[in-house]
Amino acid sequence: MAEKKFIIGNEALGRAARAAGARAFYGYPITPTSEIAHFWAKEACSEAGKKDNLVFLQAEDEIGAGFMLVGGVLAGTRSFTATAGPGHILMQDAFSMAEAMRFPVVAYIMQRGGPSTSTVIYSQQEVNLAVFGGNGNGYRIVYSPATLQELYDYGIKVFNIAWKYRFPTFLLGDGYLAKMMGEVEIYAPEERGIKMEPTEAYLLEKNRTRPLAEVMPSPEIAQRIAEDGVQYDCFRNCLNLEEETLAVNMEIKAAFDAAAKDIVEFQEYGAPEAATLIVAHGIVSEAAKAAIDALGGKSARLFRPITLRPFPVEELRRAAKGAERIIVAESADNMLARFVKDALCGYISRPVEEYFRPSIGILPSEIAALVGK
Amino acid sequence: MNENIMDQAVKSAFPKCVRVDSKPHIFCPGCGHPEVLKALGFAIDDLGLQSKVAFGVDIGCSLLAWDFFNLDTIETHHGRTIPTMVGFKRANPAGVAIAYVGDGGGYAIGLSHVINAAIRNENILVIVVNNAVYAMTGGQEAPTTLQGMKVKTAPCGADQYHINAPEIIRNVNPTAFVARSITTIQFGLRKMLKDALQHQLDGKGFAFVEVLSQCPLNWKTLDKPQETFDFLEKTLAKAYPVKKY
Ligand SMILES: Cc1ncc(C[n+]2csc(CCOP(=O)(O)OP(=O)(O)O)c2C)c(N)n1
Ligand code: SF4
Repeated sequence: MAEKKFIIGNEALGRAARAAGARAFYGYPITPTSEIAHFWAKEACSEAGKKDNLVFLQAEDEIGAGFMLVGGVLAGTRSFTATAGPGHILMQDAFSMAEAMRFPVVAYIMQRGGPSTSTVIYSQQEVNLAVFGGNGNGYRIVYSPATLQELYDYGIKVFNIAWKYRFPTFLLGDGYLAKMMGEVEIYAPEERGIKMEPTEAYLLEKNRTRPLAEVMPSPEIAQRIAEDGVQYDCFRNCLNLEEETLAVNMEIKAAFDAAAKDIVEFQEYGAPEAATLIVAHGIVSEAAKAAIDALGGKSARLFRPITLRPFPVEELRRAAKGAERIIVAESADNMLARFVKDALCGYISRPVEEYFRPSIGILPSEIAALVGK
Repeated sequence: MNENIMDQAVKSAFPKCVRVDSKPHIFCPGCGHPEVLKALGFAIDDLGLQSKVAFGVDIGCSLLAWDFFNLDTIETHHGRTIPTMVGFKRANPAGVAIAYVGDGGGYAIGLSHVINAAIRNENILVIVVNNAVYAMTGGQEAPTTLQGMKVKTAPCGADQYHINAPEIIRNVNPTAFVARSITTIQFGLRKMLKDALQHQLDGKGFAFVEVLSQCPLNWKTLDKPQETFDFLEKTLAKAYPVKKY
């Protein structure tokens, strides 16, 4: 039965993974995410956790954790990690492999200050890394939740999206949300009519329901039925020729583009006729909503991408039509704004106004002041 | 000598679990990798593990083994095969996890994974093929390169020290299966790999086998087999004793 709990964001995430039927956590401690690992470690050694065969493994570093996560996915287990900042950087090695082979790894990333070690507190500066962190084209799915409740809701959803579409899927929160306490409604997915997407092993799966070619680029797969009548599957991550590599990239792109239409999510807030359009994501979009309310709800409206990747390009273009001013506010320098300008290039006549505050929170009063300018 | 292994060796030149249509293999002529793989294939056959093994290969010449066997196989990323197989085994304890890596993958870029997997006594088998160089990338210095060896990144001769991994593993894990073998003693190698796999099947934890192996291409002995095997058996095996630890 659904119940309201007064908890911190990290616990909401731990509970979300549990509710989603995740079985394995591989990670390395880093503030501001460590309570996710603490939650799972405790859960794994509880009676219920043992019954469910939960896996908790503290790796030697985030490179190890990332590849263990790949291993968990290869075993067909809903597996996840949690990280931030420098740990997020190290995990790109494994995320890149997951992108290449379309492995549905899931990570809760709670952004901290950057660059480098910086502060353990807050920023929105891991957007580029989450979206484009590999040596590929950013075929990843990135959600930006804005509230504690959304940590829980999207904390469940990322597993379904990852396993349905078979792309690395990230929940990109921030340190404020991770450490904030508040009321969260905890529910089982089925209570809300959410059906969990089935998982399937890549290795040692002898009764496949989804053909591998549907979930992986075909040049990476070699399947044979051996003398013993059993099919054996071999996967490769190293290609020989440019043509093969092109084929792999085009297959990934085609799958990503087809999925993007279903996946893309956004939110609008405020009166549709309001002249000023604020574009913000994550916790800053909550500040923007408060500013819009404080201004009486008529002078400004919000466009909030919930998926930063795929980005709601068409939807933003539609929202931008008729706006006299467009303000992008983010706790980073030109990360969200770059996506916005890219989407609106050729569609608007005035430049977007930039409010960039790397590594620091943005208050409703600051946004209200921008609108009033 | 295990009789079963002897029987099989006499009956067949190839292990049953070898994928015939990916042969001839694409390692260089005279390379040690196929020798190690063949011994591993026989060990797997002997234990009846073909449908239970998850075989992970690294980036390095081991990547060429991605379709060597009729075994479920994943070619991973340079140095990262061990954590991948650790994650797999934790999530699927019924599978038999094998990580097959080079000495660069195992002792340089992936060293912390090897040591920490040993410290945690992960129930996997790690095979490190020690050919004393980075072979795939054209013969650079590895942590196993012996003093004075002239390699691409040490043209005046490699420096003084090299890694003796089994000793380190034994030091951090008193109960692990730890051994060093060599391609030229095929029966011994098969037996070693079989025992190492049995260690995993018995749930005893970390098993580690380093195999001394020849790289005629980068040793520049492609047309001089005698020199290849002299270096392997006399020089390498002297610095790296072949034994169970
Ligand atoms: C992260 C990363 N760094 C470097 C490389 C380039 N690289 C490919 S194989 C290799 C070394 C292989 O040597 P070893 O592991 O000893 O295996 P061998 O080829 O000798 O069997 C290197 C450095 C890479 N693929 N990935
Ligand atoms: S380069 Fe050396 S290790 Fe690699 S295939 Fe050739 S002989 Fe074998």
